Order: sequence, then structure tokens, then C-alpha cells
Amino acid sequence: MYAFTYRKAKDVKDAAAGLAKNADAKLLAGGQSLIAAMKLRLSAPPELIDLGTISELRGIKSDGKNVVIGAMTRHAEVAASTDVKKAIPALAYLASQIGDRMVRNMGTLGGAIAHNDPAADYPAAVVGLGATVETNKRKIDADAFFKGIYETALDPGEIITSVSFPIPKRAAYMKFKQPASRFAMVGVMVADTGKDVRVAVTGAGPCVFRVKEMEQALGKKFAPDSVANIKVPDKGLNSDIHASAEYRAHLVTVMAKRAVEAALK
Amino acid sequence: MASMNIIGTSVKRTEDYRFLTGGGQYTDDVAPHHATYAVFVRSPHAHAKIKGIKTDKAAKARGVHAVYTGDDIAKAGINGLPCGWLITDVNGQPMKEPPYPVLAQGKVRHVGERVAVVIADTLHEARDAAELVEVDYEVLPAVVNGAEARKKGAPVLHEIAPDNTCYVWAIGDKAKVDDVFKSAAHTTKLEFVNNRLIPNAIEPRAAIGNYSRAEDAYTLHVASQNPHVERLLMTAFVMGLPEHKVHVIAPDVGGGFGSKIYLYGEDVVVTWASKQINRPVKWTADRVESFSSDAHGRDHVTTAELALDKDGKFLAMRVHTTANVGAYLSTFASCVPTILYATLLAGQYTTPVIYCEVTAVFTNTTPVDAYRGAGRPEATYVVERLVETAAREMKIDPAEIRRRNFIKEFPYQTPVALLYDTGNYNATLDAATKLGDVAGYAKRKEQSKARGKLRGIGYSCYIEACGIAPSSVAGSLGARAGLYEAGEVRVHPTGKVTVFTGSHSHGQGHETTFAQVVASRLGIPMDDVHIVHGDTSKILFGMGTYGSRSIAVGGTAIVKAVDKVIAKGKKIAAHLMEAAENDVEFSDGIFRVTGTDKQVPFGQVALTAYVPHNYPHDKLEPGLNENAFYDPSNFTFPAGSYVCEVEVDPDTGKTSIESFVAVDDFGKIINPMIVEGQVQGGLTQGIGQALMEGCRYDSASGQLLTGTLTDYCLPRAEDVPHFKIDTRETPCTHNPLGVKGCGEAGAIGAPAALMNAITDAIGVRDLAMPATAETVWRAIAMKKAA
Ligand SMILES: Cc1cc2nc3c(=O)[nH]c(=O)nc-3n(C[C@H](O)[C@H](O)[C@H](O)COP(=O)(O)OP(=O)(O)OC[C@H]3O[C@@H](n4cnc5c(N)ncnc54)[C@H](O)[C@@H]3O)c2cc1C
Repeated sequence: MYAFTYRKAKDVKDAAAGLAKNADAKLLAGGQSLIAAMKLRLSAPPELIDLGTISELRGIKSDGKNVVIGAMTRHAEVAASTDVKKAIPALAYLASQIGDRMVRNMGTLGGAIAHNDPAADYPAAVVGLGATVETNKRKIDADAFFKGIYETALDPGEIITSVSFPIPKRAAYMKFKQPASRFAMVGVMVADTGKDVRVAVTGAGPCVFRVKEMEQALGKKFAPDSVANIKVPDKGLNSDIHASAEYRAHLVTVMAKRAVEAALK
Repeated sequence: MASMNIIGTSVKRTEDYRFLTGGGQYTDDVAPHHATYAVFVRSPHAHAKIKGIKTDKAAKARGVHAVYTGDDIAKAGINGLPCGWLITDVNGQPMKEPPYPVLAQGKVRHVGERVAVVIADTLHEARDAAELVEVDYEVLPAVVNGAEARKKGAPVLHEIAPDNTCYVWAIGDKAKVDDVFKSAAHTTKLEFVNNRLIPNAIEPRAAIGNYSRAEDAYTLHVASQNPHVERLLMTAFVMGLPEHKVHVIAPDVGGGFGSKIYLYGEDVVVTWASKQINRPVKWTADRVESFSSDAHGRDHVTTAELALDKDGKFLAMRVHTTANVGAYLSTFASCVPTILYATLLAGQYTTPVIYCEVTAVFTNTTPVDAYRGAGRPEATYVVERLVETAAREMKIDPAEIRRRNFIKEFPYQTPVALLYDTGNYNATLDAATKLGDVAGYAKRKEQSKARGKLRGIGYSCYIEACGIAPSSVAGSLGARAGLYEAGEVRVHPTGKVTVFTGSHSHGQGHETTFAQVVASRLGIPMDDVHIVHGDTSKILFGMGTYGSRSIAVGGTAIVKAVDKVIAKGKKIAAHLMEAAENDVEFSDGIFRVTGTDKQVPFGQVALTAYVPHNYPHDKLEPGLNENAFYDPSNFTFPAGSYVCEVEVDPDTGKTSIESFVAVDDFGKIINPMIVEGQVQGGLTQGIGQALMEGCRYDSASGQLLTGTLTDYCLPRAEDVPHFKIDTRETPCTHNPLGVKGCGEAGAIGAPAALMNAITDAIGVRDLAMPATAETVWRAIAMKKAA
């Protein structure tokens, strides 16, 4: 780690002002991605602005239509929340599958989606459930938020404040873990919103993506068999020492099918 | 009076209080006054010429005391790191021993090689300054694969080995073996890769050099498995320092698995540098640097064949192995793929003739050396995969084919040099078969099938040779060190006992096990016994801990010292009881005159030895302190039977271990709980090798691809089942405790059991380790396509 200055932000405005003053400053949420990169000297922000004590960024609200989760809400809080478990059990389950206990106690929803690791779990939930990302400046549709590898629609200095998840009729998340890191080698969120079906895949490609063909087939008939023979092309998928693109493409089908099975249970 | 014998009881570990309450003192916990911090500049390239190193910017950076490169080391007259075992090749020539520099000399040969060191007041200053060291590299083509390295035109690592070959070595009668193969009723041939592993002890390597100008002496704290050998190699071979002026302490050490046996360049540098700057110099590896600089394990490519008669009797075995030893010869690298490997190829069987040829090859990878099992896991994998495959091909039950070939009469001379003293292989196999309910397997397979899963069962009947010995034989095979152990038993005036052992405990629980042995033999409470290890100025000498030798060799040395204490005690007691020495017997802590009610307790004899008012001064010296060296007459031969059941998900290729049974014969067992812990740990490492661990290098650039824990997959608790563990006992015939050793068994036996089970489940002949989900999925797909 290189030397840096650290300060606690009082509120979102204060944090935004800090970012405005120092364009190289970085927001610190749970630190589970940022601090790790700093320790390896891969990231060297001169200043960290800690969002950790801003209460307005924290908490879970459910109004029967949407579950709204503050950006600084920890993965463990989402996993344990009775509101989330009741309204969108797939989302609570997804949070419970992130990393290990320590990571879940520190890592946050806002940090996870701002970071947009290609193998992160939350992007599948945000896109799969058709959520809306709220920032200190605007509301961003899930489909417009994730741009590419580690890339989002956030402008410099923009701060995620919360994410609003519409409550689906039924949904499920299936994750095949990369055995060493336990991030998603392939994770698939399938949601039947009542109006339509959404299928979002993380881990397989450079960024979360939807599988329209599966969505249409499931829209006609929400059953495992509807997706069992739909293959995503392996072109453009990730290929590394843990899995080839071909295997990841295969897993997308298997995980999608299992997610549908689980959603029907 | 109740017996004080606590051998065979699961006494809770004495050391756990300190470990579990944060009271352990590891090298990094040692904080000498005015310590400075060392950071090593390491090669980012697998193979490169060093055209120049500029250190001036780094030397001027804040807090920096010194920057040293290979030139400084050479100028100081410091030699390279020695190899402790000379292998003689098939032509009678000595192996190629290229220099293994402490800091790179003109060339780097693997990613992570030490190039320079920066020493500063704080760790962060040293890190910052290390980035200012400018190394001008001319990158050379690299080779990481052992077979590739032998091909014509491959990049050459060392001038003295133009074909990158360290040695070609062989054991056994080739002509006879070839003959048998020509006429055998059945032959089975397999090709294996025994995957390269990265040790990952929980405590990284660490060393603190501390030179005292006042004493003109050095102290080195180091995370080591054998501090005396470290000192001997460092003083006599590398630095030319007076041995008695170097004090090496290996305090609490958080795991080694072999990787902390060796003398490493970092240890030399911090020791030497502490004198140059007249300050203590501390270095603790970080995890990333451990990945590329701790000695790796395994990395064999093997072709193996078994010849059988029509009834499945083994007639001959033929094995060709290429062992990748990495860029340099680490301390014991040369004996692992030879003496510790090929000699184990008889396994538990009566195979009459065996031939094995081993080619050791240099590549642009981290040096490879002994890692939990060291040679024996590789041998077991060859034997047990071959045997199981032959059984399947000949449609003989795999347990039955083993029974037909088991050695049943002991002692047994194998065709590959070892003399097994004792064993009962049917006993462990019978017990494992029962414990694993093999009888109910068919039904379980049906149930799995109904759930869409593929179930398989696999066996592994391993043998290992532990407590490598005797010194004379090892010496004739090329060992450059003795293989005895030293122990000292110091009885204090009050009858309390301190035991000094040359064995080193880094997780094995010696402080408990050894105390049980001493307390039982002396008939005193365990609390009255304290075990000291890991300090060259307290312990007279030691060969350290590796190869599951501690109890069999170190424990026996202690027993011998205890027996000397008892013998002297008898003389004192005879004097006190006015009896003839021959009439005095000792048991349960009391000296008695046979056939009378005269007795004196051990404590009184101890006091008399130190307060010798009434004492046979004409015949005896005062005091009660004895030491002993023990050089065993043979190896010990632990053996066992493992049965593994897996379920494979055909859709994803993911394997889940449904049952894992291990029945081991470790001879006499001192502490069953500790033994079970060792078995569990070993099995977990074996499962890691078979299912998830595998060091990978990029074949073009030689970059380490599995350089962090997010890419190198270690097994976690949830990856292993609840093991079913039991033991059978045939006491070792040539040590007084009847013990054999248990530290490596699990890692030796587990991979073959698991791979036999997976190949059974999916119905293929061969499968590469680690059997990741994709590997298994592809094997299933290929079988479908065929
Ligand atoms: C061992 C380990 C295992 C893990 N396993 C998984 C896993 O299985 N699945 C998974 O999905 N993730 C996993 N993670 C990542 C984890 O979920 C992180 O918590 C997450 O990626 C980042 O969240 P954070 O709160 O820690 O953010 P930080 O690390 O603090 O920040 C990450 C980035 O987001 C920015 N940022 C943070 N908050 C905001 C905000 N409100 N608005 C704008 N920008 C913001 C920061 O400036 C920084 O650039 C793992 C991490 C570790 C260390």
C-alpha cells in the first residue's frame, strides 16, 4: 500500500464535495475490493473518502412493490434480512453466496455494483430483477448501468445511494463458484416479474448480460425444459485457467435450467 | 498403584492453549530492538540476462540503510546454496549441480527469483525503495515443462547442463523386466501427470538476522523445520562463519509441509546483512511472494506399465518418469524423485521385478523439493492407479486383485532396495471395506443413478517409508548428511524433567506426544515434563522434522536418553537402599529392590543426584542428565487402505466426495487424537491435489498463473467429507516404541483413491489431476462422443 489520506464523510453531500475537490480521491465502502487492490499496490488513490458512517446510505425498506436497499448495506445484512427473504428470497440467497463471512460482513451493495467485477454476483440481481440504481444525481436503469469490464454508467464523482428492486412473482439465482476465489464462474438470475421474464448472467462474460432467447422461451412457458436446449454462443465469453469459454457457455444453460427449477419450488 | 502409562491415550494438546489464545511466538512476532526490514526485489521474468542493476535511487530513498545485489554477495565471498543429496546417474556420473545463488548472478531463471534486497527502517520504506531499484533485463525464451526442456532447441538454463538434464537415474533390472513384459498374459499402461503443488503453510516464511558486535555472534530466528541443519549448511557451506557463533532459533512455526526444511537465500541475506549494517534485519514473506519463492512439490510426468499373469498376479512393473526440479537444485530436490520415489514402487505387493528410470530436468520454474509425502505420493499414485486400472481391464474386483498380490510374509525384500519389516495389509483392507460398507455400494449407486448422478468407488492401498535411515545406507546412496536424531533428558533436582529434542514441531503436537512418552516411561505426571525444541543453543544437535520421522527417530532418541537416566537412577537407588544394582527394578516412577518392600521414588533419586550427601561418589558423578543419538537400522513402513466414494454431477462435471474411509497402520500409536488430526490434514491435502490444486505456468512467458489464493485453489473445510478414520497396529520391529510415523500418510494415499473413484464413476480409463469440474465434464463428453 502507498501512503494516502483518509477522511470520513459526514453525509452524501460532504462525500460529493470531497470528490469534487480531488478528482483522484476514491470512495471507500466495504473496502473488500478497493483495499485489496491497494495492498497489492495495483491501486494508489491519494485520498479515501469513507462512506462507512453515513446512516442515510444504509438500510432496507420494503413497500410490497419494491425492496429498496441502501448502497452501504452489507451483504450479510441483505442475506439475513427478513424483509428481503420474504419479498425476494433469491436476492437474500445471492447475498449469502458472496465470498466468505468476513467479506459479507464488510462488503456492500453499492461497492459491489460500482466496482462491477465481471464475476461479481450482485450485477446478476440488479439486471435480472430489473432494478433501478439511484445516485446522488439521478436514477439509472439496470440495463443501462453496467457498461463493460469494471465499467459502469457512473460519472466521475457520482455516488450510488440505493438500489430499488421490484418484487418479482418468482425468481431464483444459481451460482457455480470458481473454486479458488468463490466468485461466480457462472451465475444466473432468472426472474418472472409477472409481466415478463428476465435472465441475467454474470461471471461468464466480461460483464453481466441478458439471454433474450431464454427470456422469450420462459415467457411462453416458465419451465426448466424451455431453456434446457438453449445454448449461448461461447464467442466473447471469458476463458481462463479456471474454465474455458465453451464450458462457461455450457454452464449458463445448466444454471439457468436449475434456476428455473428452483424458482418453481 | 495406578499405572502412569498414558501411551495410547488422547491427551489434549499442551501447546493448544498458547496457540488458541494468541500466545504463540512466531518469527514475525519476534521484535528485536532497532530492527530494520528487508524487501526482496524479485525477477518478473522467467528467464532473462541481467544487463545491469541501478540501486542509487533506492539507496537514497527515505529510511534506507542498504541495497545489495548479487555482486555484493559475490564480493563478500558467500557461496551458493548447497544440495544435500548427490545422485549418481546411469553412467556413473555425478548429477549436474549448477550454482544456486543467494541473489541472482547475471541471470534470472524463474519468476520470483531474488535479485536484490532493500533494507530500511520500516517495511513500507523498504517496499517503496524496492520499486526504485532499476534492473535492466534482456528477456530470454523460457521453458516450464519438463518434457519440453529436454527437446532439442529448448532454452538452456545452465551452461553445465546443455540439455537441461540434471541426471538420468535408474533402479532395477531392466533386461529382466523387459523380458517379463514380452510374454505376460496382460499388460496395463498409463500415462500420468503428477501435478505441481504450491505448499501454502499458514505462516509464510520469515527470518530475522541479528548480529551482535559485542559478542561477535549471530542470532537467526527463522521459520524452519530443522534449525541445526539450517545452521550447518549456512555456516559451513555458504557463509564460512564459525558454527558456534551462529545461534539459530526456529520458534513456533505455523506449518511447513516440507517447504521449511530448506536453506533459502533470504535466510542467508538477512544474517549477512545484519552485520553489514549492524542492525537486526527482518523479513517476512507476503503470500504472493511465497507462491513464487517457496519450494514447490511433485511435478512428474510418468509412463507406467504393469505386467500380470492371467489370474491377475503382478509379474513386473516398468516406469519412466520425468521430474521437473525447477530452476535450481533445492536442498533435497535430487533425492525426492529417486530415493524417495522409485524405491516405493513395490507398494504393498509382491511384484518380483521392477524397473524405474527417472530423468530430472531443469526448467524456468520455482525449485521443486519435498512436499508432504515427497516422492511417496507420486509412487503410490503410479502403483494404485495402475493396479485399479488393471483390475478393471481384467474384470477382477479391485480389492480382490490387491489381496492376491499382497505381501504376507515379513521381513520382505522388495526388488527396489527396501526391506519391509512388518505389516498386515489384509487387516487394513478388510477394516476399510467394512467401515466403508462396500457391501452396500451397489445399492447406493442405484440411488445416485435415480438422482441423475454418477457414483464411483476407488481404493488406494499405499505404503510409505518413513524415518529415512540408516545413515550408512543413505550415505552410500548419496546423502550428504546423517539421518539420526538427538535427544537429551535433563532431570531437575525436584524430579521434574526438561526434554530437548532435535525434532521440530510445527503443528504436529510434539510437545504433547513426546511428553506422553517420557512421562509414561519415567512414571511421572505429564505436567512434570517439558519439551524444548527448535533452538541450536539449547539442543545439542538435530536433523529436524520431515519424512514423518519425528516419533520414530526423534522419539526413539528421547527414549534412549530416558533409559540412560533410569540406568543411572538404578545405581543411585541401589546405593540409597543398600542393595545390589542388579536387584533394583524400576516401574511406575519407583525404584524397588526385587522381592522386598524397599523402594525409593524417582523424585528422591533425582534430589540425591543433585544434593549428593549420601552418594556413591567413588562410582558415579552427581547429576541426572543424559543425551542420546539414535540412528535407526531401517526405515519404518506405515501402510494403509483408503476407500473413497464419489458422486459426479454429469451436467457440470462437479465431483462430491460422499465417503472417505482411511484405515492406517502406523504401528503403536501414542496419541490417537493427534494421529487422527494428522490423517485428516493429510487427506485434505491429498484431496486438494486430486480435485483442485495445480500450479500453472504460462508455457510461453513462464509467468506463474496461479500466484494468489484467488487462482490457486486450496481445499476448504466444506470441500472435504467427514472422514471415517480407523487404525490397525503392527508394531515396528526395530524401534523400542514400535512406532512408524503418521504425518504424510493421508497426502500419500488419498489422490489415487479419489481418482480411482472418479474414473470409475464416469467410466474412463484416465483423467488428469486436478479433476476440476471442467476436466471431468470434458471426459464425460469425450466418452459420449466416442
Ligand atoms: C475474499 C473475497 C471474496 C469475494 N467473493 C465475492 C463473491 O463471491 N461474489 C461477489 O460478488 N463479490 C465477492 N467479493 C467482492 C465483495 O463483494 C466486495 O465487497 C465488492 O466487490 C466491493 O464492495 P465494497 O463495499 O467492499 O467496496 P469497496 O472495495 O470499498 O469499493 C469498490 C469500488 O466501488 C467504489 N464505491 C464504493 N461505494 C460506492 C458508492 N456508493 N458509489 C460509487 N462508488 C462506490 C469505490 O470507490 C471502489 O472503486 C469478494 C471479495 C473478497 C475480498
